[in-house]
Amino acid sequence: MSLVNYASREINCKIVYYGPGLGGKTTNLEYVYEKVAPSSKGKLISLATETERTLFFDFLPVDLGTIRGFRTRFHLYTVPGQVYYNASRKLILKGVDGVVFVADSQIDRTEANLEAMQNLYDNMTQHGYDLTRLPFVIQYNKRDLPNAAPIAALDSALNPGWTVADVERQKLTPDPYRPGEYLVREVDGVWVERVPTFEAVAVRGDGVFDTLKAVSKLVLKSLG
Amino acid sequence: MTAPRAASWAFHEEDSVRIRSVLIDFLRDASARTALLVDRAGQMLTTVGEPPTFDPTAFASLTAADFSANDQLARLLGEGDFGTLFHQGEKESLYLADIARRVILVVLFDNRTTLGLVKLRMRPTVIELTSIFTAMFSRDTGTSSHVDASFVGEAEDELDKLFGTS
Repeated sequence: MSLVNYASREINCKIVYYGPGLGGKTTNLEYVYEKVAPSSKGKLISLATETERTLFFDFLPVDLGTIRGFRTRFHLYTVPGQVYYNASRKLILKGVDGVVFVADSQIDRTEANLEAMQNLYDNMTQHGYDLTRLPFVIQYNKRDLPNAAPIAALDSALNPGWTVADVERQKLTPDPYRPGEYLVREVDGVWVERVPTFEAVAVRGDGVFDTLKAVSKLVLKSLG
Repeated sequence: MTAPRAASWAFHEEDSVRIRSVLIDFLRDASARTALLVDRAGQMLTTVGEPPTFDPTAFASLTAADFSANDQLARLLGEGDFGTLFHQGEKESLYLADIARRVILVVLFDNRTTLGLVKLRMRPTVIELTSIFTAMFSRDTGTSSHVDASFVGEAEDELDKLFGTS
């Protein structure tokens, strides 16, 4: 959870990139590292295997500067995608403020996406966190590949939405990132909420900052 | 201005003063160089003693990961946790201890002292810090907390500047 340090006048927030193996989580962080001004970023740390597969995590601190007297930082983490590293994945979620799920759009990765999403829900629950109440966005990566599944199919599998029980939140809410669509709407008499989604080609940077900016803004709002 | 407040917990000036005083006494008694407090999510809380020459943000993140990984190793062995960890280097060594399951005390020391002395002086320090942090966490539980709207607005403007406005 975000920490406000009044002694050193700092606010730190933790954002975790989650998703199946080889989906592009590390690529997202590498692109951010490459493009953000040197004065606004710290060291990119990768605990990876010899074949550059993430073993434990990648970590990149991004500095927003001093806002109303508080130095404000986002700590970006990725988790290992492979299932057998679940212990590491779970550890990284500790204290998370916002989650980006990086899905691999390729049709033959559907099962891997679903498995990683289920694993995310399970690990969050085991930490006592409710993913439906936390800043959470999904990135559909690798949109340039010929075997990329249609967005509607990815939405239906990974972002079907959950029932909104809170009456105050039961109101038609436009999706600011997908004109004409809604994040909260009534379907067959039931109010359903889904999360913002972004199309990306992380290797060339498409959609990387849109995704990061969206989750960062949701995290900031959650502090209020 | 109204200071922004934490969603989960806050580290206040008065907490810092008290904790720093405990750590200053400890460093003197143990002849250790630097003491650092890191939270379990990987964020640096405070540093006392000789200023670190390394990147403190990266250090905090790796410390939390180190401690968490060792926690899991302990469980595999049937232990609840490893309350302390020791990393020995040729010149510099690290001694780490759990504080109230939420914070890690890291002590950096060199050959001006011994592991035995650091361990000896660390024990009462850990007990004292555990009591301070436990009181701090129970005090913060249930308090409503917000950052003010102007903070969020300004931070969003900075995000647009840093990440682009597309």
